[in-house]
Amino acid sequence: MNTSALLLIGSLAVPLVGAVAALLVRGRGGTVVATVAAALTLLLTAPLLLGRETARPSGLWHEVDKPWVPDLQLRLHLGVDGISYPLVVLTALLTLLCCGYLLWQRPERANQLAALLLVIEVGILGTFLAFNLVLFFLAFEVVLLPMAAVIAGWGGPARRAAALKFALYTLAGSVLLLVGVVAVVTQTGTADIARLTTEQGLLPHDAQLWIFGLFAVAFAVKSPLWPLHTWLPDAHTEAPTVGSVILAGVLLKMGTYGLIRVGVGVTPEGASAFAPALGVLAVAAILIGSLVCLSQTEVKRLIAYSSVGHMGFVLLGIATLNEIGLQAALIGNIAHGLLTGLLFFLAGAIKDRAHTGLLADLGGLRERQPWLAGVLGFAALGSLGLPGLAGFWGEAFAVVAAVQRDGTLWTVLAVLAAIGGALTAAYLLRLLRRVSHGPQAAALAGAPEARVPELVAWSPLVALALLLGVMPMLVLGMSADAVAALTRAVAP
Amino acid sequence: MLPLLVAAGTALAVLVVDLITQPRWRWPLGVGLLGAVATAVTAAFTEPRQIGTFCAGLAAPGSDAIMPVDCALVFDSRARLVAVLVAALTVGALLLYVPALRRGDAPAGETVFLFACAMTGGVALASAGDLITLIVALETLTIPLYALVALHRRRAGEAAAAAVTFFANSVAATAVTLLGAALLYLASGTVQLRGLVSAPLFATGQWRPVALTGLALILVGLGFKVAAAPLHAWAPATYEGAPVPVAAFLSTASKLGGVVAILIVVDGVLATGAAGDDRSMFITAGITLAVLAALSMLIGTLVALRQRRTVRLLAWSSIAQAGFILAPLGGLTGLALAGQADGLLDAALAYTVFFLVLELAAFSAVVALRPDAADGGSLADLRGLGRTAPWRAAALTFALVGLAGLPPMLAGLFAKITVIQALLRVDSYRLALLVALVSVIGLAVYWRPVAALYGAADVSGGSDAGPAARVAWAPVAALGLATAAGLLLTVDPQLVYSVVTAWR
Repeated sequence: MNTSALLLIGSLAVPLVGAVAALLVRGRGGTVVATVAAALTLLLTAPLLLGRETARPSGLWHEVDKPWVPDLQLRLHLGVDGISYPLVVLTALLTLLCCGYLLWQRPERANQLAALLLVIEVGILGTFLAFNLVLFFLAFEVVLLPMAAVIAGWGGPARRAAALKFALYTLAGSVLLLVGVVAVVTQTGTADIARLTTEQGLLPHDAQLWIFGLFAVAFAVKSPLWPLHTWLPDAHTEAPTVGSVILAGVLLKMGTYGLIRVGVGVTPEGASAFAPALGVLAVAAILIGSLVCLSQTEVKRLIAYSSVGHMGFVLLGIATLNEIGLQAALIGNIAHGLLTGLLFFLAGAIKDRAHTGLLADLGGLRERQPWLAGVLGFAALGSLGLPGLAGFWGEAFAVVAAVQRDGTLWTVLAVLAAIGGALTAAYLLRLLRRVSHGPQAAALAGAPEARVPELVAWSPLVALALLLGVMPMLVLGMSADAVAALTRAVAP
Repeated sequence: MLPLLVAAGTALAVLVVDLITQPRWRWPLGVGLLGAVATAVTAAFTEPRQIGTFCAGLAAPGSDAIMPVDCALVFDSRARLVAVLVAALTVGALLLYVPALRRGDAPAGETVFLFACAMTGGVALASAGDLITLIVALETLTIPLYALVALHRRRAGEAAAAAVTFFANSVAATAVTLLGAALLYLASGTVQLRGLVSAPLFATGQWRPVALTGLALILVGLGFKVAAAPLHAWAPATYEGAPVPVAAFLSTASKLGGVVAILIVVDGVLATGAAGDDRSMFITAGITLAVLAALSMLIGTLVALRQRRTVRLLAWSSIAQAGFILAPLGGLTGLALAGQADGLLDAALAYTVFFLVLELAAFSAVVALRPDAADGGSLADLRGLGRTAPWRAAALTFALVGLAGLPPMLAGLFAKITVIQALLRVDSYRLALLVALVSVIGLAVYWRPVAALYGAADVSGGSDAGPAARVAWAPVAALGLATAAGLLLTVDPQLVYSVVTAWR
């Protein structure tokens, strides 16, 4: 087994073994085991960056391909390239931070929660690493029940209903993905995503149209794209802090990643046929998400709806199908993962202190908790797309990409998206005004300042948001080649 | 022949041993278990051949005939797989029955004898080569179950009612099957399924309508054994009234019998392919089975949503699963050549294998969680068991998640992929989409028992949420075996596909 295989398979096997071990070791020891496994996984994924110069013909940095179930065309075909690498590292990082956070927070049955987080990590990493279509689907499905269990087991008062809603919604999407995947495999006789992307004409035009339709619905539910987003606010509001962080930080990215890798990659003709519709829905998501945010009264719900708006920008970038748009989508994905992950950590911290998430009951955070308020301000500013922070690039360049695609429709969409960007600023500043400013609320009277473990958990996210804001080429440089290869197939 | 003889011998041995060792329940049980294991082993090691036993005179001379025309028993490798499965399921059901036998709820000798008889029917059915053998074997599988359903001292009332329901429905279904078989015989002049190929009358158009009616009637009648809608109504009442181990046997081995019977009939009837442009055989079989499948999936899943009793929920879900099993055969409609149907038949059998493992695991877990109870209890009885009996609860969760077709129990997901793949291969998009969408509702069905397992035991005020029932070794052994098989199929599902496709 060479190094590539060791790293790729290891980054799936280690969290899986860690999850089982964390279940078997009772009490705090289980959480420690899980944290160690998460740290090992991060250590395994980081070196995937090395060796990208020795590019293979498929354009992958590392690749491993082992047979599993020939009758279903299922192979253990893993790989990593510039599109998936940043997401892989983000997943490993966020899981580690969440496990560490559990170690400090010590909720009830923490080891089980940590084990579920590791299983979710396996599914998400599997989705990002899979280069076999059937394996991609399996990994996509793995996430479903553990995430529902996290919500149902450790969530707020209405957790059961929220978890079931999440599970049913996403399952409805993924069964359509299943039909699409099996249709591709039966029609082409191969499930190799790299081959399906590079070899043109494997799928006839008509088949591409309806198969992309199935893919689009499946990924739109996961992303989520308006009007299929209604599971998201409930799931976020009820989920425990770590659940929200993983959900917003990386789980939603499976939808947008799938749309790029599978939707655009495997069915390019379908993608270009549906692009205008996708663009219109994406802009609708931006506007509606922002407007709904303006009238939210609860912190977590507000951040959840802001995800709908932000993912709208990502989807708009994808819908333009040009190089700038896809690049904007990728960096927007990462930025949203970092900043919304951070926002959910902060919302959790505030709710833990105030025992309420209602904006009306909060206020004056900066009086007694300047650090907490400072980080919140940083995250909110980053999230509203302040130039110099990570959030800027994805939103600005999604608009640029839409303008670049000439035509009245796209120009109108670009203008509307820009207005949506302004609304984003409005609701995030409203959030800051309500939570940080004003007289100190009674609920926050005796609340402690941010603790060191919390700051440790947040600092990597803060640092990366700054770094990406200043040097977006860190991500863009990696993915440039892969994106160029993708857009060649869909060039109108 | 040998597996069949061993199975029949087991039944006789149990009777004799019971006579000698009358009051002790361990002896007949031990002999029955040994016999079932021996049946499985001999079946597994018997060389499968495309050669029949008890052939009619006009069979090809010599035993090396390639086409086993006109034979009553053909032990091909599908028959081998089914025989092994039936024997294994019998072992599972007997293990589940151990706590009840120890308590003296049912007479040991009679119970084990009846199970052995049913097993004999299943093994014979597996290799049936003509319609008469098929129906006789199927009845041999079913008739002992009427008695088994009723044989329970502690719940004589409900069990007797369940047995009567089962009996009345079963007789009606058998009558339909027999009428269909008679019509098919009338049209073709032969009862040999694999001999229909050579029947001269069959090819001519004159008798076609009769043959088509017969085919549809046989399939609908056999749908009863699979508990497919519209002949499904007996299943929930019977499963609920029967002792849980018998319900487990009904929903696994008996269902397997029905599936195999349908596969044998479809296989035999379609072996000729279309007569010229006339694809009516394919269309009739396809539409009949597609309707059965669609109705079962929808009715089973939707009604299961409202069930409060554990076994009833499993019963309705097993009706839905019957729909999933038959769904690939609904794809026959668009075909014209015999060879094209192979993939669909294999998919149905592969799904059945995955399903049997998960279903046995689910029933075993229900018994293992409440070994002292006479029935399956309600969903509320499962409350809090996730904390007090974590391993058994986890096994039940795994089985239910598998039945819902979701990871981490990938066996169920592979089964769903198999069905959808087979349907899309023959361009049967509507059924494939229906299968996909129904499985979404399926999650809501299996969600409730799992939520009950891990829910807080607050409703009953904590009095019922005491320590879980003592662990009984036998049901736990069955549960362990079934779960291990499920995990094996999760890791290496290719095993199933290799075995299922090997028989051609």
